[in-house]
Amino acid sequence: MSKTVLICGGTGCVSSDSHKVYDRLEEELQKDPSSRIEVKFTGCHGFCEQGPIVIVQPDNVFYCRVTTNDVPELIEAMKKGEVLERLLYRDPVTGELSRSREEIGFYKKQKRLVLENCGEIDPENIEEYESRGGYEALRAVLGKERSEVIEEIKKSGLRGRGGAGFPTGLKWEFTAQAEGDKKYVVCNADEGDPGAFMDRSILEGDPHAVLEGMLICGYAVGADEGYVYVRAEYPLAIKRLKIAIKEAEEKGYLGDDILNSGFNFKVNIKAGAGAFVCGEETALLASIQGERGMPRPRPPFPAEKGLWGKPTNLNNVETYANVPRIIRMGADEYAKIGTEKSKGTKVFALTGKINNTGLVEVPMGITMRDIIYDIGGGILDNKEFKAVQIGGPSGGCLPSELLDLPVDYDSLTEVGAMMGSGGLVVMDETTCMVDLAHFFLNFTQKESCGKCTPCREGTKRMLEILERIASGKGQEEDLETLQRLARVIKSTALCGLGQTAPNPVLTTMKYFLSEYETHIKEKRCPAGVCKELITYRIDPEKCTGCTLCAKHCPSGAISGEKKEPHVIDPDKCTRCGVCITKCNKDAIYLA
Amino acid sequence: MAYKMVQMPEEVAQKLHLVDDIVEKYKQVPGSLIPMLQEVQELLGYLPQEALRKISRGLEIPLSKVFGVVTFYTQFHTEPRGRNIIRVCLGTACHVRGGQNIMAKITEFLGVEPGGTTPDLRFTLERVACLGACGLAPVMMVNDQTHGRLTPDQVKEVLSRYQ
Ligand SMILES: Cc1cc2nc3c(=O)[nH]c(=O)nc-3n(C[C@H](O)[C@H](O)[C@H](O)COP(=O)(O)O)c2cc1C
Ligand code: FES
Repeated sequence: MSKTVLICGGTGCVSSDSHKVYDRLEEELQKDPSSRIEVKFTGCHGFCEQGPIVIVQPDNVFYCRVTTNDVPELIEAMKKGEVLERLLYRDPVTGELSRSREEIGFYKKQKRLVLENCGEIDPENIEEYESRGGYEALRAVLGKERSEVIEEIKKSGLRGRGGAGFPTGLKWEFTAQAEGDKKYVVCNADEGDPGAFMDRSILEGDPHAVLEGMLICGYAVGADEGYVYVRAEYPLAIKRLKIAIKEAEEKGYLGDDILNSGFNFKVNIKAGAGAFVCGEETALLASIQGERGMPRPRPPFPAEKGLWGKPTNLNNVETYANVPRIIRMGADEYAKIGTEKSKGTKVFALTGKINNTGLVEVPMGITMRDIIYDIGGGILDNKEFKAVQIGGPSGGCLPSELLDLPVDYDSLTEVGAMMGSGGLVVMDETTCMVDLAHFFLNFTQKESCGKCTPCREGTKRMLEILERIASGKGQEEDLETLQRLARVIKSTALCGLGQTAPNPVLTTMKYFLSEYETHIKEKRCPAGVCKELITYRIDPEKCTGCTLCAKHCPSGAISGEKKEPHVIDPDKCTRCGVCITKCNKDAIYLA
Repeated sequence: MAYKMVQMPEEVAQKLHLVDDIVEKYKQVPGSLIPMLQEVQELLGYLPQEALRKISRGLEIPLSKVFGVVTFYTQFHTEPRGRNIIRVCLGTACHVRGGQNIMAKITEFLGVEPGGTTPDLRFTLERVACLGACGLAPVMMVNDQTHGRLTPDQVKEVLSRYQ
C-alpha cells in the first residue's frame, strides 16, 4: 500500500531541522522508486516542543523528535507496515506510548477548528485546501445578499481575535453602511506580542483560509481590494501567502468576476518594517500608506475613514480564518461552541516553564487549569506553578487562585487581564514578578511611538521606579506612585499601547504585592532573579575544593586552596551564574 | 537618532545607480515608500544617505520625510552592517527561559552591545522580541537559521560556524 509522510514545515520544526529530515527521506526514497512512499511538507502541528514532527498516513502514526539518523529505520518500518516505537510520543508522567495524535494528552482537550487544516494539508497546494471544503463558503456566499452574510456572522457571535474582542459582524455592518466609492479590507498580521505565534502558524499552515475569509468580508462590505499587513520577521508566512494568492488567482477565486458572479477582489501583501505600534489599527493603516506608523485619535474609525480616507474593514488573521468555517458549518452550529458571550474557539501560543509548549486551540470558557495541566502537561521539572501571563504586554499576570477562571473575553477583563492576541506564558517559582513587570514595561516603553506625553514620559517614569525596586533602592511610597502613574496613563494615553501598558505592573502588584514589598523592605528577591539583590555563596560542607568554579569564573571572584572549601568575593562577583552550572557537587547556592 | 556620516564602502557605491531603477519602478504606486526602502536596503545592505536623496528626488517628497520614516522603523539601517546578522530573542518565552544570559554571553564574546557591529564587519548583533519559535526557547537566529534550546556554553561554537 502507498504511504504519505507528512513532515512539519512550520517555523518551530524547521528550526529543529525538519527540512533535513525531508531531504534525507527524499534521498533514500530515490534509491528505491518501488517503495510508493510520498513525502510532503505541512504547516504547524502545534506540538513544537516535540519537533520535528512526522506523521505517516494512512496509518495515522505520530512520530516526534525525528532526526536524519532515524530515516533509514523509519523507511524500513513503513515498508513492513510496522510502527517504530522508539520515535512515538511517551507521556512524561505515565510513561505510556501514544500511537496517534488523538491519543496524546496535549491534543485531547483541544478543539481544532481554525487549525483543522494546519499540519494536515500542504499549504502550497490549493487543491488540498479545496479537497477539505475550501472555497465552498465563498461559493455559497456569492449567491446570497450581502446583508444576509453580515447577519450570519452576527448570529455566530464571532468577536475579534486581535485583542479587544469587538463583535465582527457589527464591524462589517459599519463598513458596509459607510458611504464611499471605494472600500478596503485589511488583515492585521502584525502579531507584535513577544511570545505569541498563532497568526504566523495559521498563515504558514492554512493561508487560503485567511484569503477566503477576506474574500467573504470583501463581498459583504462591498470592497474590491484587500491588504495583508505581515510582520517583517515572518518571511515564511509571506512566501506561503504569495503562493496562495497566485494559486487563487489562477483558479478564479481572486481577480475580476470571481466565479462568474460579477464580484471583483484583489489582495496585496505589505511587509511591516519592525514597529510594535503598527499592530494598532490606525498606525497600521498609516504604515500601509508609507508613512511613520503612528496612531491617530478615533473616531473616525477605519470603518468610516480608513486606508487613504476610504471605509476600511480591519480584522485579525484568526478572525478571518474563522469566517469560512462559520459559513460552512452554519452560524447556529458555530454558536454552540464556547460561552454565552464568547463564541467559538481561541488559539493560544502556550510557552514558558511548561512541559508541552506549542500552539493549542481550545473552546472558549475552558479553564486555565485545563490548559496548563491537561494540555500543557504541567510545570517543567515538577516545579510549583506561580503565574500565567495572558495577553502579552497589554495583558495581565494571573496567580494560582485564578486557575479555575474560565478563559473568555469578559472574565479575563474583569480580573485586570485581557484575551489579547493569544500569548500564554507560564511561570514557575523561579520567575520574579518585579522582573517580569519590568520586562513588559521595558518592551512597551521602547515601542512607544512618542506621539502622546502620558505614554512617552509616563511609562519611562514607571520603568525608572521598577528599576529602582529591582536594584534594592526602592522606597515604600514607590508603590503608591506606580499606582497613580498607571491610572493616569491608562486614562489619558492616545492609543491602546499606552492605555494598556500599565496592565502587567498593575496585575503583578495586585496579585503579588508581597514580592514587591520584599524587594523594597528586605532588599531581597525571593525568586533569586534580580541581580543586585542576590549573592552567590559556597556551602563549605559540600565544597570539595575541586577548583572547577574558580577556573571558570570570568571575573576572578572565587578563591581558595585546592581540596579546601572555596569562597566568592561578592564585590568582584558579577552574578553571571557560570559557577552554579559548573559545580557538580551542588555546593553553590543563592542567598 | 543621529545620522552618523559614514563613508560608503566601494561595493555599495558601485551599486548605487541601481537605486534609480527601483525608484522608477515604484514611482507611480501610492504608498510605496516603505517597500521601496526595503528593496533598496536589500540591494545595498543598508540605506546610505546618497540613496535616500535619490528616493526623495524621485518621489518628490522632502528628504526629512523619508528620513522620518527610515528612523521610525527598526528594520531600516543607516550604517553598513556585518556579514552575519545575529538576532537574539528577548521575547517573553525566551526571557523566562534565560534569553538574557545568551545575550550576555554574546556581547561578552563579540565585545559589542546590541545594535552594534564588530569592527571587522563579521557580525551585527540585534535583539528581537519573539521569533515565533517560543517552543524552543531560548532562541537566536543567525542570518536565516534559527538556533533553539540554547545554553550560554553553546554560543561560541554556534558563532564559529559563521565567517
Ligand atoms: C499597541 C497595539 C498593538 C496591537 N497589535 C495587534 C496585532 O499584532 N495583531 C492584531 O490583530 N491586532 C493588534 N492590535 C489590535 C488592533 O488595533 C485591532 O483592534 C485588531 O486588529 C482588530 O481586529 P479584530 O477585530 O479581528 O480583533 C493592537 C492594538 C494595539 C493598541
Ligand atoms: S519569545 Fe523567543 S521565540 Fe518567541
